[in-house]
Amino acid sequence: MTKIATRDAYGNALVKLGEVNQDVVVLDADLAGSTKTAKFREKYPERFFNMGIAEQNLIGTAAGFALSGKIPFASSFAIFATGRAFEQVRNSVAYPNLNVKIAATHAGLTVGEDGASHQALEDIAIMRAIPNMTVIVPADGVETEQAVFAAAKHQGPVYLRLGRPGVPVIYGEDYRFEIGKANLLRTGTQVGFVATGIMVSIALEAAEALKAEGIDAAVLNMSTIKPLDQEAIIQLAKTTGALVTAEEHNILGGLGSAVAEVVGEHCPVPVLRVGVKDVFGQSGTPAELLAEYGLTKENLMEKAKQAIAKKTC
Amino acid sequence: MNEELKQQLEAKAREIRKSIVRMTGAAGSGHPGGSLSAADIVTALYFHEMNINPQEPDWADRDRFVLSKGHAAPVLYAALAERGYFPKEELLTLRKMGSRLQGHPDLNALPGVEMSTGSLGQGLAVANGMALAGKLDQKDYRVYALLGDGECQEGMVWEAAMAAAHYRLDNLTAFLDDNGLQIDGPVEEVMSTKPLIDKWKAFGWHVLSIDGHDMGQILSALAEAKNTKGRPTMIIAKTIKGKGVSFMEDQVGWHGVAPKPEQVTQALAELE
Ligand SMILES: Cc1ncc(C[n+]2csc(CCOP(=O)(O)OP(=O)(O)O)c2C)c(N)n1
Ligand SMILES: [Mg+2]
Repeated sequence: MTKIATRDAYGNALVKLGEVNQDVVVLDADLAGSTKTAKFREKYPERFFNMGIAEQNLIGTAAGFALSGKIPFASSFAIFATGRAFEQVRNSVAYPNLNVKIAATHAGLTVGEDGASHQALEDIAIMRAIPNMTVIVPADGVETEQAVFAAAKHQGPVYLRLGRPGVPVIYGEDYRFEIGKANLLRTGTQVGFVATGIMVSIALEAAEALKAEGIDAAVLNMSTIKPLDQEAIIQLAKTTGALVTAEEHNILGGLGSAVAEVVGEHCPVPVLRVGVKDVFGQSGTPAELLAEYGLTKENLMEKAKQAIAKKTC
Repeated sequence: MNEELKQQLEAKAREIRKSIVRMTGAAGSGHPGGSLSAADIVTALYFHEMNINPQEPDWADRDRFVLSKGHAAPVLYAALAERGYFPKEELLTLRKMGSRLQGHPDLNALPGVEMSTGSLGQGLAVANGMALAGKLDQKDYRVYALLGDGECQEGMVWEAAMAAAHYRLDNLTAFLDDNGLQIDGPVEEVMSTKPLIDKWKAFGWHVLSIDGHDMGQILSALAEAKNTKGRPTMIIAKTIKGKGVSFMEDQVGWHGVAPKPEQVTQALAELE
């Protein structure tokens, strides 16, 4: 299976977007090589702005660009864009509802060897709690490119969560991403996986393996965390009666929480959350880390069975 | 200096000071001290310097003003009302439920407000973005920002200071309202920001030092800023917090306290 990192897809998409949309400007904070905005810089140097290692200034300047009719994409690592600059995002972007796109790479455990200081595991929760903010976590390279274009078209702040390592390409070029619309990748009747980001392809693997054991599992790609596709979740809860969420993020406040909120209010069924259990990460290869924190096909299968078992109580 | 213009602007500044007193008095809360210290600067901007059109607040080529010290909202609101962006009577709704005059400026609520501010330290970076966009689009508009002296304790101010010089933003002019006071006391005691002039110079700015209540000096500084090429200009304006109201002048206690009705009456009498 071909793999491409969502950050690479982002860099490529920016170049395409910059070609068709002259209003797009790109800002970075000394990480252009890593966030892949360097590709845009190469092609359109006059529309690229390096703000230095100053993430608060990165976000504030992007706000000023948006106020002057530009569509700024501001990039850094997820931990710095949402952590260091949280209050700038809240007060200078989201509160005035400005057209700033925060495209943050190196989210989650799969940052790998850099370790816990660089592994954002709370960014979805933080961004989701801010009014006006749209939160998108693409599952693969194809969806990333689509999401970049959709974000540019959308009027208002967007948080785009991207990753470092290659992830399997699950979508064909004909796939059309829409903000706020979940994509049902696989139908199933006994249990439903609701996954986001890199966990989507792992959920697909788990569903396939469960089939061999006679368990019929659905997979829903929840690539927009906010606004959340409530209808798709309620529908899946009704048809399967048990859900398992999967995210490369703290189980507090992210996708699992969002799904549990909807299910609890509209169609109570068991929801088991797979994610990092409120601990910091550590150094390791992405594969080692995913295994260590249970973000694996095997754990998803196990949780699916537990969720099915809970239906009776 | 055109004496008539100076007198006109001084009269406007008095009107704006009166509005600040009235509106904070009516609100029963708010920040009169830092609004009064900036009244002459804001008057010069809105009634002489800036190329703006109250009938078309979103006109693409307008000059822009970012009130980075957003708690001085009353001075901005007073100037906008005086300039015709909205009816003056509305000033008395300041801080009331449902009012367009939020406690700190909300750009989506009130025409003429260029940026929502209130969290100190953030305005200069936003002004930078506006100035950068102006350069990119080869537009002639200018961008103005007003910062507090206490506000300069925020690290982000210096990130933005660095960036404005790096990008040679000569279409940007900032004022520093050097009133010497913040909430907990004199800036010198809380956390000294001195030497201010040297700091901004070291960050690559063209720095001017003026009396922020002398209309002639304000106008000359603005003219010099406009003619300065290749770098942004910082006008460090020595001011008196609470200027124009005897019992508020240079009193740290008048940072965020509204005048009581009898104090409003006295202040308005002094400003007549
Ligand atoms: C980030 C942030 N921290 C704290 C405050 C609370 N605050 C409001 S005004 C102020 C003092 C500001 O002093 P200065 O910048 O000197 O303003 P001025 O004297 O002109 O009123 C403080 C600390 C705030 N608004 N924003
Ligand atoms: Mg002060």
